[in-house]
Amino acid sequence: MGQLKVIDGGGEVAVTTRLSDLLQWARKWSLFQYPFVTACCGMEFMATAAPRYDIARFGAEAPRFSPRQSDVLWVVGTISQRQGPAVRRIWEQMADPKWVIAFGTCASCGGFYDNYTTIPGVDKVIPVDVYIPGCPPRPEAVLDALMLLQDKIQANDRKPVVVPPRLVPERAPGRTGEGDS
Amino acid sequence: MSQAVVDRLNAQFGERVLETSDAFGDHEVRVALKDWAELAQFTKDDADLQMDHFIDLTAVDYPERESARFDLVLMTRSSVTGARIRLRTHVKDGEEPGTLSGIWSGANWAEREVWDMFGIRFNGHPDMRRILLYEEFVGHPLRKDYPIDKAQPLVPYRDVDTIDKLPPFGIEEGQPFARIDWESRLAGADSQVSPALGVQQGQRRTLSDSEAAQQIQARIEAQMAKRAEAAQASEETSEEGSEE
Repeated sequence: MGQLKVIDGGGEVAVTTRLSDLLQWARKWSLFQYPFVTACCGMEFMATAAPRYDIARFGAEAPRFSPRQSDVLWVVGTISQRQGPAVRRIWEQMADPKWVIAFGTCASCGGFYDNYTTIPGVDKVIPVDVYIPGCPPRPEAVLDALMLLQDKIQANDRKPVVVPPRLVPERAPGRTGEGDS
Repeated sequence: MSQAVVDRLNAQFGERVLETSDAFGDHEVRVALKDWAELAQFTKDDADLQMDHFIDLTAVDYPERESARFDLVLMTRSSVTGARIRLRTHVKDGEEPGTLSGIWSGANWAEREVWDMFGIRFNGHPDMRRILLYEEFVGHPLRKDYPIDKAQPLVPYRDVDTIDKLPPFGIEEGQPFARIDWESRLAGADSQVSPALGVQQGQRRTLSDSEAAQQIQARIEAQMAKRAEAAQASEETSEEGSEE
């Protein structure tokens, strides 16, 4: 949270902050999601939503199958030109504040579908907050995206970001020799 | 196995079977367009053939062929004898073959797909609409003369400035194979901007044309030059040393 002030009253502690900070804090820990799943990325989305990766840690485990009740639109998979009006309309139905995550390469930029039938990235139709690269992305990348989105919400930052790649320590550049295969 | 089907059709239709082939064991019979539906009906009804399994109906576009532009190809199988046969006919642009949807109901959607992709209408089809694309779509994308990069968005692409978001990726950013030069595609939708051809025709930049790539290239070249200079200098000093 932004500005925190702790008042210690001898056994009883009070914490003060700004109302806007408190609001953003509440928002980032209760993201109701609307999964718009169209393609194979859906499998990784299901893996992420399953207990192993415990997306409930982020308060984002509750899917809402009405856009009117949801905060985050997950665009998971290829969006064809024919689906454009549908995804646009769903986004328009969501109440503010709302966020959009483009899940995977196809939703981010069209992927390898360079043809008459595919929208080259859902950001041509609706604004996207977080792009997750990968074909499909691993659940870890999805969790990274979620944490990135939380940071953005807390900072009230609407600038779109791309989830950066994570370096596996033993494969990091500069490391040579033992342990590598 | 399927040779029996070809023989049976030859015996029944004689001259009306224009051509037969058995390349790679796939038996094929070509007929004239006017015999198309009749022959298909016969293969289904005949007691020896019983081609009751409709596999697929599709088309092939030969734009350079003057006699007839399209091949219409029907693949069927008999669940009784196990025989397979491929029927083929030539269709001119604008000609309407008779529908097969009354013979095999599976042909209904396949014929709609052929209409959608190739623009061949079927005479007597109960519901001749597009099946995969939308009604607003102009043209038929699997025709060879359909521009390879012509997109027809239903939702106009977003005006980025008004929404205060990042502009869409440029072609030099990130994965270049996936970057579609969508601005030029929308502006001159007929222009050819597919990755390979667009680069050839100078309408599309590759990743190595980007400023970032050129800067990296310049840095590498500067380093190489510096290294070469250093090597030359050390050679000269060693030569001087040997002379002394």
